[in-house]
Amino acid sequence: MEKTIDLNGKSYAVIPEVETVQQLLEHLELGDRILIVEKNKEILQKEHYDAPIMDRDQIEIIHFVGGG
Amino acid sequence: MLQIADKKFSSRLLLGTGKYPSFEAQKKAVAVSEAEILTFAVRRMNIFEASQPNFLEQLDLDRYTLLPNTAGASTAEEAVHIAKLAKASGLCDMVKVEIIGCSRSLLPDPVETLRASEMLLEEGFIVLPYTSDDVVLARKLCELGVHAIMPGAAPIGSGKGILNPLNLSLIIEQSKVPVIVDAGIGSPKDASYAMELGADGVLLNTAVSEAANPVMMAEAMKLAIEAGRLGYKAGRMPVRDYAVASSPLEGLVPN
Repeated sequence: MEKTIDLNGKSYAVIPEVETVQQLLEHLELGDRILIVEKNKEILQKEHYDAPIMDRDQIEIIHFVGGG
Repeated sequence: MLQIADKKFSSRLLLGTGKYPSFEAQKKAVAVSEAEILTFAVRRMNIFEASQPNFLEQLDLDRYTLLPNTAGASTAEEAVHIAKLAKASGLCDMVKVEIIGCSRSLLPDPVETLRASEMLLEEGFIVLPYTSDDVVLARKLCELGVHAIMPGAAPIGSGKGILNPLNLSLIIEQSKVPVIVDAGIGSPKDASYAMELGADGVLLNTAVSEAANPVMMAEAMKLAIEAGRLGYKAGRMPVRDYAVASSPLEGLVPN
């Protein structure tokens, strides 16, 4: 089934092969990056990256940038 | 040795990682500064543009302690949220509480900073609030149990140096936790002055990143902080209104 999620504030069509947060990160080629994931406004700990991606989920991918 | 909670550091310079002209200059500046604590901001990743290099991912993370800030927050709740995001990276348990209360001066919101510090302590964070140089606020933050106090020397990025040395001295005198002068440092003399006043450390960013030669300035700041610390420990001479000759007044050679 076609799933459309809100990804970092933009509408994003998820291909059927992507079923979990981990698979989404790998699909986006972010698997080896230092980042934090928020799913439906809840912070996901790394051990929960097997959480399923559902239609209309709101996903935020956050990272560290330079700052003082 | 600078100790924050149970963490010990041999450097008293905490370095920000924003606004460097290039990653190469930044890497060299960080290396020569010998800083062990680096600050970062937490932001939404720009995943829709081609992969952009990320400074943090180029660092040997075993060598540095990350100090994420809560910049961008204007309430305690927003700051706690950003701190929790940072902690979920699994890379850090310290947080610089930074809640801006005035968009023009970028001065911290004292009420929200106090509230956020209390909430973050309850959550088990190592809490380092960036505060104004208010002596009573600093005392109240200490009483909450924060792990260091970080009063500003002057507004962020202003480079004006230490505007209120009296307040900083009073904060240092009363504090039972390390005092790290954060924000407003412009030149090595400011950093040295902070240390001579008895500060335990200095956190700076723009003074290095916006210097004509950031690498050289990073080294200058390292040396200034060491000099200021030594000067403080050595105990400076008293200040007098009138001259006192350094050479003997006896045995003057007759004309």
